[in-house]
Amino acid sequence: MKMIAIVSRLAWRNLWRNHRRTLIMLVTIAVGIWAMIFMTALMRGMVNEMVRDAVRVLPGHVQIHHPAYLDDPNIVNSIAAPDEKLLEVLNGPDIVAWTTRVRVPAVVSSARESRSVTFLGVDPATEAAVSFVAGDIVQGGFLENGDDDGIIVGRKLLETLETDMGKRVVIMTQDPDNEIADRGFRITGVFDANTDALEEGYVFTGVKAAQGFLGIPDRIHEVAIVGSDFRQIDGIYKAIADATGPDFSVLSWTELNRYLGTLLGVMDGFVLIWFVVVFLALSFGLVNTLVMAVFERVREIGLMLALGVKPMIILSQIIAESLWLLGIGALTGNLIAWLTIRPLREGIDLSSYADGMEMFGYSTTLYPEMTMGDVVTANLVVLSLGIIASLSPAIRASRYQPVEALTKV
Amino acid sequence: MSDIQCVDLCRTFYQGDTAVTGLDHVSIDIKKGEFVCLVAPSGGGKTTLLNAIGGLDKPDAGEVWIAGKRIDNLGKSALAEMRLNNIGFVFQAYNLIPVLTARENIEFVMEVQGIPAADRHIRSAAILAEVGLEGLEDRRPAKMSGGQQQRVAVARAIVAEPEIVLADEPTANLDSSSAEQLMDLFVALNKKHNTTFVIATHDQRVMEYARRIVKMLDGRIDQDIPQVGR
Repeated sequence: MKMIAIVSRLAWRNLWRNHRRTLIMLVTIAVGIWAMIFMTALMRGMVNEMVRDAVRVLPGHVQIHHPAYLDDPNIVNSIAAPDEKLLEVLNGPDIVAWTTRVRVPAVVSSARESRSVTFLGVDPATEAAVSFVAGDIVQGGFLENGDDDGIIVGRKLLETLETDMGKRVVIMTQDPDNEIADRGFRITGVFDANTDALEEGYVFTGVKAAQGFLGIPDRIHEVAIVGSDFRQIDGIYKAIADATGPDFSVLSWTELNRYLGTLLGVMDGFVLIWFVVVFLALSFGLVNTLVMAVFERVREIGLMLALGVKPMIILSQIIAESLWLLGIGALTGNLIAWLTIRPLREGIDLSSYADGMEMFGYSTTLYPEMTMGDVVTANLVVLSLGIIASLSPAIRASRYQPVEALTKV
Repeated sequence: MSDIQCVDLCRTFYQGDTAVTGLDHVSIDIKKGEFVCLVAPSGGGKTTLLNAIGGLDKPDAGEVWIAGKRIDNLGKSALAEMRLNNIGFVFQAYNLIPVLTARENIEFVMEVQGIPAADRHIRSAAILAEVGLEGLEDRRPAKMSGGQQQRVAVARAIVAEPEIVLADEPTANLDSSSAEQLMDLFVALNKKHNTTFVIATHDQRVMEYARRIVKMLDGRIDQDIPQVGR
């Protein structure tokens, strides 16, 4: 304990023997840490927003289907409404919202054009908490209830079909007997989405209206469930899978959207690589500072060894100097990161790049996300690798022969 | 009993391919409380012998015994421990740690030894008074004259009450007045604490204080002359 006090005091005072060099190094470390945290916050914000948007589009965090539905989204691959056992889980405290849907492929036609779409029968009361569509209506209104037989289309589809609000379109699909089922629906709402593909690919009506039209009363194709955090769905996934049993297919959003699931995993790897790359850049400065500090003090180190200071204490002193530098630099970097990220919590407006952003599924507002995990990782990387980088000059200093060091010119 | 015993010490240095003899079969006994000057022209071997006695350098052959314990075969840490507890050093220059004040420099060895702060303060205050540096305790070396720095170094060397003080050309950078004060201090400390002093020098003024002069030449002991010192 006494040696820690001596080493710490000597290290601190030695640090300020060359103010300019120390300050430059501190600025370098602080900027490095800031860059690590700030850039990671931007990247996290972008990817997380992308995942949230994707999850909000339709899938939720977990979905339940007929086992054959994903390979063959045929009307017959339907399931019954949730039973009591499943309802107990769905209405539990870990689940924020859930909804049931009828979902079949169809063709929508106006008087002038037709397009293939996914036809969804939804319960507007529960759908609003699960997906984007109820909140992104730009013309008309969303469905009023499950019996509502109006149809909600995307803005792009409206243009493609060369039709308008209040006009009728025809939905054509197959009924359970493989016969053509078609019916006219009046456009009662238009939604806006991040991508044209969404606006052109989905149409919505009331779930009961859809069941009646398709002749599948009480049958659904999908249950979409939302938990509290898209990163932590293992618990609700397991509870749902246990409640449904093997006769249902239960899939998480990472399985439903493998691209985003993989992206999230890759993101963690990128963050670590980014941290290490930034550290490597600043480590040159750190090692140079310590090498110079040792080089300038060879005789002093020799004197300390001659007086009976053990080599391990000399090594500890150089490491302590490195720790002081890294610690103060890291604290400053963290503070700057917090000060620069905090004012951006309302989001960075990227609407001038809206077309490009939407094409890749990104939101036009970027919300930087500074997570405790990333901050801790950035600091750990800098501190641990910093200590490793300072070992070389520290070991060199501790290995001096006192008599040689004392006569060094 | 000898405080310092060197037996048949040999040490050779190499400058490129050229071998330079530092110590050539040197044997010497120095008893407790002796005040010895090692005298030699440059390259005569006095500093090499001093370094071997202090465990700062290892001889190629021979044995070094300090207070009855052989030290030439000790490892780095054990040697450091031996120096810390048995020997006080005073070097020609660059004697102090620049980032510590006079008091902190004096207390440094005691601090490393683990002596409690209260004890250290009492002992450093006493030794500061003894070496005439009262009022300068909070000055850093850069703010002190060469003579004052050497006194701090002497105070540090003696404050932990080592059995032996080794001084290498301690007056080389001092004017005659400072040199005289320093040597008076050495003699006083030698008498008061019965500390063994071994001083490497070629300064005639220093030799006048010695009670034993060991003259060296080309790494060998040429003459070993008892003196009547002050």
